Order: sequence, then structure tokens, then C-alpha cells
Amino acid sequence: MHEMGIVLHLAKTLDETAKEEHLSKIGSVTLQVGEVSGILTDYFVECWDYFKPRHPILKDSTLILETIPAVTWCDNCKRTYETVKYGRECPYCHSGETWLLKGNECIIKQIEAEEEEPDEASETDEPSSSKTE
Amino acid sequence: MRVIELKETVTASNDRDAEALRQELILRGILLVNLMSGPGSGKTTLLSRTIRDLPDLRIAVLEADLDATVDAETIEALGARSIQAHTDGMCHMDAGMTRAGLEALGTEQTDVVFLENVGNLICPAEYDTGAQRRVMILSVPEGDDKPLKYPLMFRESDALIISKTDALPYFDFDLEKCEARVKKLNPMIQVFPLSAKTGEGMAAWEAWLRHSLPKKPAK
Repeated sequence: MHEMGIVLHLAKTLDETAKEEHLSKIGSVTLQVGEVSGILTDYFVECWDYFKPRHPILKDSTLILETIPAVTWCDNCKRTYETVKYGRECPYCHSGETWLLKGNECIIKQIEAEEEEPDEASETDEPSSSKTE
Repeated sequence: MRVIELKETVTASNDRDAEALRQELILRGILLVNLMSGPGSGKTTLLSRTIRDLPDLRIAVLEADLDATVDAETIEALGARSIQAHTDGMCHMDAGMTRAGLEALGTEQTDVVFLENVGNLICPAEYDTGAQRRVMILSVPEGDDKPLKYPLMFRESDALIISKTDALPYFDFDLEKCEARVKKLNPMIQVFPLSAKTGEGMAAWEAWLRHSLPKKPAK
């Protein structure tokens, strides 16, 4: 259920953005997912596909996933290494004093979206407060 | 189509809701404590003892563990109010669910609300519920290597309770080693080894809790 929860939070964050930016439709959502974020991307895509048609603003959107590689820092020998390949123990000095530098995130990088049509006022010649010319 | 760069975490909307809830509760003089742990770590026993030891505080419990009827009955038998929150089968509580739970519970006559989060050491750490204090419980039988396995939970907590210390003679749990590991992950964390059964160590935890209470608004 972890993935579904994340999809719900993502949708809520996108709703707020859509309101602030006056968007009518979201075309694509680019997410950056860390290699060790604990998100299973296959499940995530399934949850997204299930949820999408039920959420008008996202109906026709595509989800683009980018992976952020996980990198660990070793406090002992002051080097970095690939987390997924070597795990918690430093492959150079075998110290356990290591910290994850990145690879834990789940970030909305960007969205592509259509803006709301300006008010009908812009099609007629009525003066309005919005800048139409 | 226009490209909008967001660079926000997926939970950004939850983070905003949580901050708003936190500020509201502080203004109303209510302390919300997010209690997180694995199943069977002794959350209910700890709460029961804390409620009994602090009769002057009006304590309520928001139960979010999946099937907590038994827990709720134990708590209510002590005279504290409790309510079952609905996580809809979700693995954690977020700020929206917490707010709904608090409204259903009613917090007019309350000093402290414990949110008994879903028994799980991973997901609850990732969601801000709006609590002012995040407290994690690790019981002696679970082992002193838990900080190595679930670092986020330890990094995000304000206090760690090491519960069931009365069982220390029977387990290979190195209290000092555990504390050192935890402090490395989170130098600011307060550690309270205690036994809710014998009462040992309860006073330090209860003093910290009292100290965490927001100042009551001037009437």
C-alpha cells in the first residue's frame, strides 16, 4: 500500500500546483525516484494507472520516471561508492561508518501542463482587468 | 503545453498541512506526540503507565494501528479517551488523517494527544503528521541493531524510548552500544531506557513530556 499512498500525496500536491498556476490539464509528470527510496516503480506505475482516470486533471497525463542513483559516503576513508552494489559496508576500507548521500528521494521534477483558457471576456471587446492585448 | 519546474517532494502538500496543524495545536496549548514503533514494542503498556502516572494531565489517544480495539479498551479503562483513526489500510498516518482523527476525538478538554501510529518502522517516519514531538519506541527483545536497519526512523525522532529494560538480563542487548549508534544518526535525540512494568526510568520520560507541553494561551 506504500505506493498507493505516495500516488495520493502526489495527486494532492499536483492539485495545489494546478490551482496556483491556473492549469486545466496536466500532460506529463516527471518524477525523480531514488534507487533506495523504497518505491517499487512497477507497482507505482500500476497505482498511477489505476488512479489517473479517476482524477480529471491527470486523466490524459503520462508519468515519466527518472532514477537517481544511490551514493554512500564513507566517514572513515572519505570516499563515495555505489550503495546498491556494495551496501552498508565501504568496499575500500570495510568500515561500517557510512552514510547515504543520495538515492532516498522522491521528487516531482517538473510537469507539462495546459493553462486554463482566459475568461470569455478576452474574446469579446469588453474591457477587463486581465491583460488581453 | 507549458513546462513547470517544481522540484518539490511528492509529499509537499502533506508537509504544508502538517505545519498548519502543528501551529494550530501549539496555539491551543495541546501537545501532539507521534508515537512510532514496530508491533509488540509495548506502546500500549507505556501509554497506560504514563496515563496513570500523570493524573493531572488530560490525555487522549488516537489509535491508528490496524486493529487496535484491544488497545483502545485498555486505554479507556484508565479513564483516558481514545478513538480509532482510519488509515484505510494505509501503512502510515498523514496530516489529513490526523486532523480528521483529532476532530472526531474532540480536543477541547485535552492537554496531550498521543497518536499511536501504525506498527511499522519505515513508512510512518516519512510522513509528517503535524505532531510537535516524534517519539520512537524500541523494545529490548527487538535488538540493539535496529538503528542500523531503519536509520530514517531514528534520524527523524526527537526521543527514543528503549522499553522493556526489565528484560535486559535475558537478551544480548547492549544499551550503551545502542545509544551510541542512535546518537551517531541523530545527535539531538533524547534517549529514555525504561520499563513500564517496573516503573524504572519512567520519571525521566514523563519529565521530558511535561517539558514539551506548549505554553497555555493566556485566557
